[in-house]
Amino acid sequence: MTLTSDSRSPDCGLGYQDLPHLMGLMTGDEKHGPAATSTLDALWVLYDRVLRVTPQTAEDPERDRFLLSKGHGPMAYYAVLTAKGFLDPALLPGFGAFDSPLGHHPDRVLLPGVEIGSGSLGHGLPLAVGTTLGLRAQGLTDSRVWVLTGDAELDEGSNHEAIAYAGAVGLDALHTVVIDNSSATHGWTGGIAARFAGEGWSAVTVDGRDHEALYEAFTTPHPGRPHAVVAVVEPKR
Amino acid sequence: MTTMRDRFADVTGRLLDDDPRVALVLADISADRFREAAAAHPDRVLNVGIREQLMVSVAGGLALTGLRPVVHTFASFLVERAFEQIKLDLNHQDAAAVLVSANGSYDWPEGGRTHQAPGDVALLDTLPDWTVHVPGHPDEAETLLRHAVAGDGRAYVRLSEQRNTAARPITPGRFLTLRQGSAGAAVVVAVGPMLDLVLAAVEGLDITVLYAATVRPFDGAALRAALGDRADVVLVEPYLAGTSAHQVDEALAHLPHRVLGLGVARPELRRYGTMADHLAAHGLDPRSLRARLAAFLDTSAGVPSLAG
Repeated sequence: MTLTSDSRSPDCGLGYQDLPHLMGLMTGDEKHGPAATSTLDALWVLYDRVLRVTPQTAEDPERDRFLLSKGHGPMAYYAVLTAKGFLDPALLPGFGAFDSPLGHHPDRVLLPGVEIGSGSLGHGLPLAVGTTLGLRAQGLTDSRVWVLTGDAELDEGSNHEAIAYAGAVGLDALHTVVIDNSSATHGWTGGIAARFAGEGWSAVTVDGRDHEALYEAFTTPHPGRPHAVVAVVEPKR
Repeated sequence: MTTMRDRFADVTGRLLDDDPRVALVLADISADRFREAAAAHPDRVLNVGIREQLMVSVAGGLALTGLRPVVHTFASFLVERAFEQIKLDLNHQDAAAVLVSANGSYDWPEGGRTHQAPGDVALLDTLPDWTVHVPGHPDEAETLLRHAVAGDGRAYVRLSEQRNTAARPITPGRFLTLRQGSAGAAVVVAVGPMLDLVLAAVEGLDITVLYAATVRPFDGAALRAALGDRADVVLVEPYLAGTSAHQVDEALAHLPHRVLGLGVARPELRRYGTMADHLAAHGLDPRSLRARLAAFLDTSAGVPSLAG
């Protein structure tokens, strides 16, 4: 089958406004600070308007892949997956329990629609490079691969192996969203986008809370080059 | 003389031709051996440059899309440098690959410690579900590599510059009885390229010799079947001494037994030289092996020394 723009997640009755409640089922509090929600808007715009994957196509070889590399604080991710019908809301109160599939770091083996297990930083982007290469080798050139990292996560050198290689070989089906909440201990002199652009990526920086700006950045054409979107949100501290 | 690494390049080239599921991931090492394969299969022969972490992670990503990645560099960079990638981007993702190393122990002695990884098999032992093949001859390397690639599991194929004179009729995953001693004989398990040294060392002695070209899974049934009245087992492995001792203990948990684990010694040997120099320094040359066997078996009085 060919996935079209109509293959995005169906409306299952839950929307952006329901996400705080869904997160509250995990955390016991419907109020969440900036750290817990740093990824929320980017995740919502991706799953609501960009990614061509639904619970029904979660195993389809031609689906788009989303790899959450920054596995810490996955409540926003679980909430979005629940709103889009991948996860049963009844699972959420069990967050972190022995018999729950919802860990404080996600495990792909335990959860439908979760492409990778993450937690240790610096693994998602390199795995995404391999996934993109694997799809290309099988002629699945309509599938796009997205990975979400944090700005501090870029401290891990493994990311830089991936950024340099993906840029050098022009992996244009690969997309990275960097949630920048200024949490990298030593910062990134010259800015994060410049790190990607310097390796041949298309790179833009946007307000990570502005849904229209995120959507525009996510859908910017970038022929022949991988694409990075730096989504800036409130500083962690 | 054809090396295991030469054979690996030939066979992998043919596997890439024959099976669209197979992909090869390299980090510059051996890339010159795969120029033709890369030209024929540019999307499935991937050289990521000198980036071993990425090499293993890329294999994990390829596997998640349904391909069967073969990953190759020297053991120090494949298993040690990229170990967390093996643990997380293969095991934890429930993804599989065939890792093929070269120069694991003393294979390039002039290269020194940075290019030696005698702890590779012991490190993989900390993870579940790895098949570990240690061929002793290029023909065995081909058999084991083809077997590994045809499967779906996680496999490590440890190629060496050290080799036995003749290939043995191995079955992947099974030990082969090469020499059957009397009911009172001890059992020596010779792993991969250690076989010729072991056979020379036990010449004229009443000792059973099992040959292991696959060490994980460890063929405990073959070990139990080889034992006579005496549960004395000597392991001779081309990597860290005693690496498989826990497997012997598991296989013989039901009876009192003794194990001597011979292999590469743990202290760092700050020497260059030749492979023969290193084998002697680790006590793995036939004369040293014979003396250590004799001491362990306490039959030294009756053991004639080797001629020469």
